[in-house]
Amino acid sequence: MELFDNHKKLFGTAFLFFASLTVMVAILPALSNQKNNAPLPNAAELSPDAVKGKAIYVANGCVGCHTQQVRNVDMDKVWGSRPSIAADYADIHRTDFFRNTATLMGTERTGPDLTDIGTRQPSKDWNLVHLYNPRAVVKESIMPAYPWLFILKKQPSKTDVVVNVPKEFMGGQEGKIVATKNVMYLLAYLQSLKQTKLPDGTPVPAFLYKQEVKKQGGPAELDGKALFTANCQSCHQANGEGLPGAFPPLKGSPVVLGDNEELYVDIIMHGYDARAEYGVMPPVGTNANFTENEVAAIINYERSSWGNNGKKVTPEEIKKILDVVKLKPQN
Amino acid sequence: MKKKRVIIVLVFLLLNTVFPQLLFAQEDNTPSTFSFHSVGAWLLILFLMVMSCVVMALILKYKVGQITRGNKEEHRLNKKEKFANYLSNFSSRQIEAITTWKRKNSGAAKLLLPFILLAIATFTAVSPALAQDATGADTNSFLSEAGVIITIVLLLIPILVAVILLSIKAKNVLTQYKNKKSAEEAAELAAYLKTLPEDEINAVLKSRQTALDYRLSNKELSGQEKAVDDKGLIKINSEFGLPVVALKKKAIKRPDIDPALSKLILWYFICATFWLLFGTTIGEYLGIKFVAPDADHLSWLSFGRLRPVHTNAVFWGWASLGMLGLGYYVVPRVSNTSLSSIKSGWWALWLINAAVVLGTLCLMAGINNGGGEYREYIWPVMLLFGIGLILTLNNFLKTIAKRTTREIYIANWYIVASIIFALVISFVAYVPIWQNGLGETIIQGYYMHQGVGMWFMLFTLGIVYYFLPQQLNKPIYSYSLGVLAFWTQILFYTLIGTHHFVFSSIPWWLQTIAIVGSVGMIIPVIAGTTNFIMTFKGAWYKIKDSYTLPFFLVGIIFYFTGSMQGTAEAFRSTNLIWHFTDFTVAHSHLTMYGIICFFVWASIYAIVPRLTGKEAPQITIGAHFWMALIGLLFYTIPLMYGSTLKGLLWLQGKPFIDGVTLMAPYWLWRAIGGSLMWLSHVFFAYNMYKMIAKRTVVDVKELAIQKLEEA
Repeated sequence: MELFDNHKKLFGTAFLFFASLTVMVAILPALSNQKNNAPLPNAAELSPDAVKGKAIYVANGCVGCHTQQVRNVDMDKVWGSRPSIAADYADIHRTDFFRNTATLMGTERTGPDLTDIGTRQPSKDWNLVHLYNPRAVVKESIMPAYPWLFILKKQPSKTDVVVNVPKEFMGGQEGKIVATKNVMYLLAYLQSLKQTKLPDGTPVPAFLYKQEVKKQGGPAELDGKALFTANCQSCHQANGEGLPGAFPPLKGSPVVLGDNEELYVDIIMHGYDARAEYGVMPPVGTNANFTENEVAAIINYERSSWGNNGKKVTPEEIKKILDVVKLKPQN
Repeated sequence: MKKKRVIIVLVFLLLNTVFPQLLFAQEDNTPSTFSFHSVGAWLLILFLMVMSCVVMALILKYKVGQITRGNKEEHRLNKKEKFANYLSNFSSRQIEAITTWKRKNSGAAKLLLPFILLAIATFTAVSPALAQDATGADTNSFLSEAGVIITIVLLLIPILVAVILLSIKAKNVLTQYKNKKSAEEAAELAAYLKTLPEDEINAVLKSRQTALDYRLSNKELSGQEKAVDDKGLIKINSEFGLPVVALKKKAIKRPDIDPALSKLILWYFICATFWLLFGTTIGEYLGIKFVAPDADHLSWLSFGRLRPVHTNAVFWGWASLGMLGLGYYVVPRVSNTSLSSIKSGWWALWLINAAVVLGTLCLMAGINNGGGEYREYIWPVMLLFGIGLILTLNNFLKTIAKRTTREIYIANWYIVASIIFALVISFVAYVPIWQNGLGETIIQGYYMHQGVGMWFMLFTLGIVYYFLPQQLNKPIYSYSLGVLAFWTQILFYTLIGTHHFVFSSIPWWLQTIAIVGSVGMIIPVIAGTTNFIMTFKGAWYKIKDSYTLPFFLVGIIFYFTGSMQGTAEAFRSTNLIWHFTDFTVAHSHLTMYGIICFFVWASIYAIVPRLTGKEAPQITIGAHFWMALIGLLFYTIPLMYGSTLKGLLWLQGKPFIDGVTLMAPYWLWRAIGGSLMWLSHVFFAYNMYKMIAKRTVVDVKELAIQKLEEA
């Protein structure tokens, strides 16, 4: 055949065929997406510090293990209150002359998704210790340590941000670990990663592939240990002892074992910042959309673990408290 | 029975020396604390030392047991029977000696010597307690301080030496005792032989000697004639030796290739080999970091920076240069003409190498393009690669333009098209006009998958279309199946990019197109596989005496399974389980390694001997093949299994960290498989050296002819 025996025609045809498919399947969709999507009206722009922090995030290849996309499937609802939509990425443009746009959606989830990490874990103390050596707060973690983002000082000045690194992670060094500017930028970026609320009236896309709940003999009691592991353990630790100077122990805690269940539930739902010696607790329960069932399961787990021996609660009791707590003004 | 014991001991040894991390890691489900400057390293050394003590003790115990058993057996047989037994077990030489002695009827003392040598082992039991004193040492409980451990290690060194000395001593004592026993027995046997009447013994022994001395002439089947090869079909081996590996055919001498082109191609291969070793060393280290995340704390070696160094070095350095080197051979050959410009080939080589060197340095310094996979090199670096490709394309097109054949052989379709497509996708990937917001993601999905399928896969298929028929010495089964696969590959493969972003916020219809395209890939894959397998038809027997065909066969198998696995992964239901897990990593190794690397190796082994006239030792080629194959399976299967479990765990809504601890043993297996793969590359590099290095080996025949011609 003439087509196959003439190299210009043969390779020309192959090129045109491939190029036209490319235009249809990649270039046109890309152009239409960047043209037809606008950022959400209430989306916050990155602060200058967070922009620098994002550059550090990119430089160190964090995207290799951390995604930034909440898929519209049920299993992803732990990573955000709604699936990510095109508008969430619409405001991301080319980084600079040398670097391409970084949407940082990622394709591997060796570590947790970070779309909403600023809501889930805003604690400065936790993040800095974790970046210095992740295993100081999550002993099973395989994330790399980033000690080069910190410096060692014998006598830190008043303006220095001192990081409370447990002794066994100091590697025998004497002195205090002080955060550098770079790690503070990175922290600012991580804290800025929050899902923007959809404007009122916008239909929220659904999470698909819901797991069927077994409906046998009423609602089964939730696994308090698993809930604790997923939501509380990174600060309060598996042994319930917290980290001295950063996160308070739950073992023997007066809040956990005391009678003021209203305060207890309030802390779980809305966070806590009453004690200067410890880091700020984020509103864990609100972020994760806890119902009375989850709260009750966690309370019962905390009250019956690590030698704690407190009164059991039922979801019904918690429901009443929740209704009261919800009415309280939030700052 | 004995063998089993030995195997158990060996397995135990292996488990404890090679996989101590497994034992450490699994105890509390945390990653290993191994670091080059930590307590862990010392613990490891300590552990190895204690283990060798234990192993030594076990071996000793085994030896003692062996002797005890021998002793028990001896008691069961009574002396007479035993001597009669000896009588029928003499060797011919011994019978000769006995009959001579009988004839002379004197000099009994001389007989002792041979009997000492053939006596059976006897020994009474030595207390097995000796063997057990080292086993009780439990090392893990109280050791936490480096100082304590170092002290214990230092203490253990003399103990270890003592145990070794002790076992040698014990062995000597045992041997001496055994010899003494045997000597006694031999004396008795000699006395017994003396008492036997001469006629009786002669009849028995003589007939035994005749039987023992019978030999086949070795000419029963072949006759007395000398082997003559007057049709050039059989290989007459004039040198005798023990074949350690199956003897495979030597490469057939082909028409000479322009030495300048030869040199160019060889340098492509040498560079490719370097990047393979470099890139997989990095990969191996990354695999170790999954098990020991604190192995180092240097920014340039941190995981996030090294990961793209690994992928890009093996992509643009190893696989691309390897393929291009093969292309420089195939394109002019099937066009039946010479290469248009050797000089521009050198330029392309320099540019691509420069791109990988600069890209690697940039990535390690923290300069990257923004995180899209395989698009981590910033544009000035990738531009060098692109120019290299443009030069190559121009060169190949000009070569094909001056071809002396009418048709363009199918191999050239694939090779040239893949270079055109690689340029198109790089252009699309690096031009900033359509990269804002989700545009970047859509382009990323397109680019990364076209890079794999339209550059590596297509080029490699072109190579296979040339080398497979050539190595089988028969035409490709169906030219038209090749044509069908070519056009359907373009049609379907181009569509599938966004299947890496199923369930993401890119348009649902675009995701669906990608899934449909993935299913469509069944057509070109089955067409290609059928074509290759059918080419093998009637020539399967050639696999056993070729060292290149096994590589091709593995490549074909993975071409089918790996590609079909890609289709299976693309469905929404499977994506739900496998997306974001290490399944993707396993899949990309199954394909990029199982298909591309095996095909490229096969082809390199096929042509380098033709270019240099030298072949690599078959044993090291075999080592390369088996280690790469077994390593790949060790790497991928545990990862696929583990990540399936992980996906199911995510579906059940279990805490994320549970998935991390779940993967620990599978990551360890990945590191083990990776080590085997890496080792196979060392063998490959050695083979390259053997094939290429200039050695002055005098070929007697060549030299003789040379002398004749000179005269």
